[in-house]
Amino acid sequence: MAVNYLYPEYEVARNYDRCIACRVCERQCANEVHEYLPDANKMTCDDSKCVNCHRCVSLCPTRALKIVRSGNTYKENANWSRKTIDELYKQAGTGGVLLSSMGNPEDYPVYFDKLLLNASQVTNPSIDPLREPMETTVFLGAKPQDIRRDNFGRLLTDIPPHLKLSMPVMFSAMSYGSISYNAHESLARASEALGIFYNTGEGGLHEDFYKYGKNTIVQVASGRFGVHKDYLNSGAAIEIKMGQGAKPGIGGHLPGHKIVGDVSRTRMIPEGSDAISPAPHHDIYSIEDLRQLVFSLKEASNYTKPVIVKIAAVHNVSAIASGIARSGADIVAIDGFRGGTGAAPTRIRDNVGIPVELALASVDKQLRDEGIRDNVSIVVGGGIRSSADVIKAVALGADCVYIGTAALMALGCHLCRSCHGGKCNWGIATQVPKLTKRLNPNIGFKRLVNLMTAWQHEIKEMMGGMGINSIESLKGNRLMLRGVGLNEKELEILGVKYAGE
Amino acid sequence: MEKGSHQHHQQEGHHQESRHDGQQQESHQQENYRQCSQAPMEGLGLMGTPMPYSDATTAHGGLRIPSGCAISGIIDRTGKRMSGERIIQSISVMHDRSNGLGGGFAAYGIYPEYKEFYAFHIFYNNLSAKRECEEFLEAHFDIINLSKIPTRKVKTITDEPLIWRYFVEPLQTKLADSQLNEREFVMRCSFKINTSIQGAYIFSSGKDMGVFKAIGFPEDVGRFYKLEEYKGYSFTAHGRYPTNTPGWWGGAHPFALLDFSVVHNGEISSYDANRRTIEMYGYKCTLLTDTEVITYIIDYLHRRKGLNGYEIAAVIAAPFWQTIERMPREEREKHEYLRNVFASLLITGPFSILVGFEGGLMALNDRLKLRSMVVGEKGSMVYMASEEAAIRVIEPDLDKVWSPRGGEPVIVGLDGGESEWL
Repeated sequence: MAVNYLYPEYEVARNYDRCIACRVCERQCANEVHEYLPDANKMTCDDSKCVNCHRCVSLCPTRALKIVRSGNTYKENANWSRKTIDELYKQAGTGGVLLSSMGNPEDYPVYFDKLLLNASQVTNPSIDPLREPMETTVFLGAKPQDIRRDNFGRLLTDIPPHLKLSMPVMFSAMSYGSISYNAHESLARASEALGIFYNTGEGGLHEDFYKYGKNTIVQVASGRFGVHKDYLNSGAAIEIKMGQGAKPGIGGHLPGHKIVGDVSRTRMIPEGSDAISPAPHHDIYSIEDLRQLVFSLKEASNYTKPVIVKIAAVHNVSAIASGIARSGADIVAIDGFRGGTGAAPTRIRDNVGIPVELALASVDKQLRDEGIRDNVSIVVGGGIRSSADVIKAVALGADCVYIGTAALMALGCHLCRSCHGGKCNWGIATQVPKLTKRLNPNIGFKRLVNLMTAWQHEIKEMMGGMGINSIESLKGNRLMLRGVGLNEKELEILGVKYAGE
Repeated sequence: MEKGSHQHHQQEGHHQESRHDGQQQESHQQENYRQCSQAPMEGLGLMGTPMPYSDATTAHGGLRIPSGCAISGIIDRTGKRMSGERIIQSISVMHDRSNGLGGGFAAYGIYPEYKEFYAFHIFYNNLSAKRECEEFLEAHFDIINLSKIPTRKVKTITDEPLIWRYFVEPLQTKLADSQLNEREFVMRCSFKINTSIQGAYIFSSGKDMGVFKAIGFPEDVGRFYKLEEYKGYSFTAHGRYPTNTPGWWGGAHPFALLDFSVVHNGEISSYDANRRTIEMYGYKCTLLTDTEVITYIIDYLHRRKGLNGYEIAAVIAAPFWQTIERMPREEREKHEYLRNVFASLLITGPFSILVGFEGGLMALNDRLKLRSMVVGEKGSMVYMASEEAAIRVIEPDLDKVWSPRGGEPVIVGLDGGESEWL
């Protein structure tokens, strides 16, 4: 018998006193972890197949199940962690590149957790959002350079195309294909209800969703899947995806088993063929090429829509953003290294890119130093987990944030990081009909609206505490932040003072 | 300082006496002052000429000083000139709203004989700063007249710098070389002096107007500068209540840029958002006070972007969206445009400001009216102050008195005058 080098990391712990052998867990698990033994009238399970997605735990009617860390351990070694050893064995067994999904889970600093917010005391009153207006409306897009008036001296109020949002949060790019139809519908309807935007990702836009166009950002990525004139004109803005925080420097790969039915039609590629997006855009090898694509898209949409350029947060991010701000783009989106993905090589996800907090602080400063901050709005994603992160990002200089992982969690995602397997038990990152139907868009949309409504309340409370009654007065207001546990260099890059200063 | 002693100064006769007392006290105080003001204050860049902060330092915000205050303003719409006596009386009523750490006045129409020329009021820490500054002035301007600004000894006002006044006009060759318009040229020269000549600080640079300010209670500052001897059509005044003091004369209000001046009461919560935005447009915030940033914002919106006073109010104390949504279409579009384009110049947090400019006066409260502000009218006179008492003391019998609403500007121009502010 072959040697099995890998012992399951997690175990399904079943309390047999509670288990009634109803077989819900068996039916719910697409990974086939659970099995019914008819002779013994008893459930059993294969821990090695478990991805720890908590579907069975959440649906078990008697709360008989929980997932626990396996007690099995290698000989303790500070240099060779269990994860490193397991990965090595996997590669020695298969000769393959390791794949992962969702955002970088490793133990790198989370700068949002080292920033604290201010509040008013005595010299300046705090404002109660229950009693006074508290405004979270933001505009994204370039600001006009000149104020123009008509012959009567009245202001001419036409400005470059822009987006108006009820709060500074949008749902980030997740393609139809990487996530399900029902997930897309939930995002689209929630955006419409909230007055914000969701993003098609690189997978085209299902014809059923054109009706949500005024709350949709359509993406153009290196594979150009699903891109055509009607698509470009169907949304409120067009995003050029140059990079993604989870996998800077490489393209995308949607495996053929997810390219079925409507996904294939929407992407405009044959069923079952892998959708491989090249690492670079093959018409963009330099900044002047980017400018041409920006204006091609503006031409195609008759200069009615703002163009977003999305990049991954990498070492030279501020210089790159400066180039983008001069390229004719209206919005620059920066995706931090914590950003999620439907599939990425593990080594890339866990080792490439930089924290979005530092990238944002650098970009905002660079654009201001160059006097071009008004040319573009800044949107940041990849690591926004709560309303506090939103507030801190805005205070560092962001106009708005993108959330992806947090939105999927509202739909049920439990961060099992197995999207690339295509067997998402929550019906999100899968195209298997019996799984996708588990996500009810009527409920999903409501949970997204709930989450954003809750965040908006919290944002207003925190703003009011700072004596700020409109979100634009928080943008780049770094005096509202203080650092803890940061060194001089980190404080300098973030442009914040230490707590107590 | 006791109430009794400041009343002394209002009568000339008592001055000899108080000066005598003052001199003895002065030398004593000076010694203390020196002890506490040397290294630490200079280290903060707040003594003497403010240091031009490097970017790294400004990113950290430096030391920012919150302060509460009293403000008052008077204008005669007919343009008739009145003595500075009345504004001193008005501001002195609000004695308890300041704490002796800064007071000042802006006076308009006071230099009719030199009204074609820029009047520079300059603080010098020492003679070498004066020499260096005058060299610069001679290289860039025709100096038409120069003199010490007349002052009298006041017991509570000590440690004064050298205070000089110059009437100048730009050298045509330098102006042409700079490719700037005249006002921008003058402003940049004044910035240049303030940021690069150690110990020299231009605190007033407009035409036919002047700022007079010092560390002290405002009524004492008025006496110190003999303000009652000036005659102008409009005055503003300020008494300061900083919760921490830089101990520097330049930090007192009004804060002026060319002919327009700002006095301000409040502490804005949008400070760093505003500062980082306005610095992008070439302004250097060296004083780290709210008033400085408000002044630059108003200058930017008015002089550089051509907005009038009402439009400026719609930017810095914008109506709430819920109000804008109820406006007629044209108004709504205008307000949405201004809030979008100048979003980062919205000022939040409590403030009441008086903006003095050539030919007029503007009062404005923050959008929630978190600071008091009262306006009164009597004939051609308009009064604006933090408290009604400060108006009643000089005009008990008002035709009309009201509290303007938050974000609702009151702009008063001279009769028949045309102003870009209106």
